Amino acid sequence: MTLPQPVLVIGATSDIARAIARAYAKTGRTLILAARSPEALDRDAEDLRLRGAASVTVIGFDILDQAAHPRVLDALGEAQATIVCVVGLLGDQQAAERDSDAAELIMRTNYLAPALFLDAAADRLLRAGGGTIIGISSVAGDRGRASNYLYGSAKAGFSAFLSGLRNRLSRSAVHVVTIKPGFVDTRMTEGMKLPPLLTAQPSEIATAVLTAEQRRRDIVYARPIWRLIMIVICAIPERLFKRMRL
Amino acid sequence: MQKPSPLSGWGRFPNVACSMIRPRSEADMRRAVEQPSLIPRGNGRAYGDAALNQGAVLSSLHTDRIRSFNPETGIVTCETGLLLADLIAFALPRGFFPPVVPGTKFVTVGGMIAADIHGKNHHGAGTFSRHVVSLNLLTADGTIQHCASDENAALFQATCGGMGLTGMILDAAIQLVPVETAYLRQETLRAGSLEDAMALCEASSGWRYAVAWIDCLARGRRLGRSIIYRAEHATRSEIESDPFVVAPRPTRVVPLDFPAWTLNRWSVSAFNALYFARASVGTAIIDYDRYFFPLDAVLGWNRLYGRPGFVQYQCVIPRAESPVALRRLLEKLSGAGSSSFLSVLKLCGPEAAGLLSFPLEGYTLALDFPANAANFNLMLELDRIVLEHGGRLYLAKDARMSAVLFRQTYPRLAAFQAIRRAVDPSHKFSSLLSERLDL
Repeated sequence: MTLPQPVLVIGATSDIARAIARAYAKTGRTLILAARSPEALDRDAEDLRLRGAASVTVIGFDILDQAAHPRVLDALGEAQATIVCVVGLLGDQQAAERDSDAAELIMRTNYLAPALFLDAAADRLLRAGGGTIIGISSVAGDRGRASNYLYGSAKAGFSAFLSGLRNRLSRSAVHVVTIKPGFVDTRMTEGMKLPPLLTAQPSEIATAVLTAEQRRRDIVYARPIWRLIMIVICAIPERLFKRMRL
Repeated sequence: MQKPSPLSGWGRFPNVACSMIRPRSEADMRRAVEQPSLIPRGNGRAYGDAALNQGAVLSSLHTDRIRSFNPETGIVTCETGLLLADLIAFALPRGFFPPVVPGTKFVTVGGMIAADIHGKNHHGAGTFSRHVVSLNLLTADGTIQHCASDENAALFQATCGGMGLTGMILDAAIQLVPVETAYLRQETLRAGSLEDAMALCEASSGWRYAVAWIDCLARGRRLGRSIIYRAEHATRSEIESDPFVVAPRPTRVVPLDFPAWTLNRWSVSAFNALYFARASVGTAIIDYDRYFFPLDAVLGWNRLYGRPGFVQYQCVIPRAESPVALRRLLEKLSGAGSSSFLSVLKLCGPEAAGLLSFPLEGYTLALDFPANAANFNLMLELDRIVLEHGGRLYLAKDARMSAVLFRQTYPRLAAFQAIRRAVDPSHKFSSLLSERLDL
């Protein structure tokens, strides 16, 4: 089954977003790409058209600019749509511990701004009579760890937001998907030493997104092994966990 | 830039720590070229050390956008990292096919140009670069040079087959060929001896594609026994189903390194005997994937050779010398009982314009050997035969040729070096291969 609704991708220059857009293009969907630097997407737009997208529109959008939220939603018109939010900022945990501005940016980018945006988007989709909201969260949100708890806590908030929104909309035709990638081989993780078996390629996240949309999945771990890992990590008693270096 | 981590070519020999830079855009590329020393790398399908540099390795895989396509002319323009598999997936439904393809679809467009790859149609179509309309090359000084056979021609000829040593290919316009279907009509023939095999190769020169699988362990009267596969693109009337739809082929993954002794003279000899006996002679319609890329069904087949890795040895011998030289090579091989698992024989057409381009008019023989001391010694003996008969070795496969042999067998090397000096005087673009060969 191919869904006819247009797809709005927020944070479209990231590696994961590019892979998602490509996967959607192959199915012939209409794409709207929103990113802070839209000029960086000119070539991608042409590539996506050639690879099968019905049409591709690129719009400049900074999700931190709350005043711009309605304008981007207007680009969807009153139609049902799929909205994929790929916005994320890993940041530098240690630097952010000393710099509250940096910490705030991590929190706003990963939680506050996406949550506010998707909340407004949900109302729009309700009015349109249906659609899908897909949030790319993170396994880092399942339990706070010293190495990235600012990022992790914001993702935890985002995951909880998506879960609550899904609960609220469960009787409507708007479906909410939470994608929780583990390690992904992207620019965000470049330079880190990642275990190959636990590290997904962006294309795997894209496949997970399309499948979740089609089968109306709720929470998807990509790769699936991460669900198991996080069950184990979450089961460790806090008394022990606080001394561990993970 | 990533921290150094172990990297190798497809043969997994040699393996050295390299730092990878992975640009997403032209601006990223420009910044990367500020590194003091680097080499472009596509999908890592060159077998040896062509895409290794302990300074930095510049990956093309994240710049893989298709930029334009003209359905009238069949010219596609794409970025350097586009995989051949993706190019085919794009071109076929539009009624086109790449003009030349190598033995795997997991190579990049930039890699195909830099190695100036050839395929089963070399006798008619020449190398891949012959079909490159133009390309943009980012050179060591950070400028972009538009090159074609009639524009910046010298730099173009040095870049086609230049193993990434003239700069980073950013994008290229490729002339595709029209096809009516995704299928080929293949004729399979058996040749009981080397003479028969060569006669059949010659007799197949009117076919679009022709290649022979050769049993390098057969001796005596059977020396050089081969299976010849020749093919034409199937026409619309030959295909009953949707002409451009190919059922996806099941793939298998080699999950781990096999023990290094898995492929030995007995196991390979048994495999060869079985393969030769079971080849179904006659005509069949098969899809492009099975015809061109049989090994792609086994992902990670390079792990069959175990942790030490393996070396590909591909030589080409001028036509007039081929009967004697091939016999000498095969006698050496079957005598040594070395287990070349994959041996391919093909009659090539005239030499390409690329200054370091490999093929020349004559027979090319491709072999693989597990990387071990006995095989390295054997390859030195093969080198002597190749040199004596005016042949040469393929840089994209090579991991061990000497600088002396290289100089003796690539007569246009001086011309290449002059162009490289002009465009990159400090040899910013260099690789373990270019250092080994004193390029």
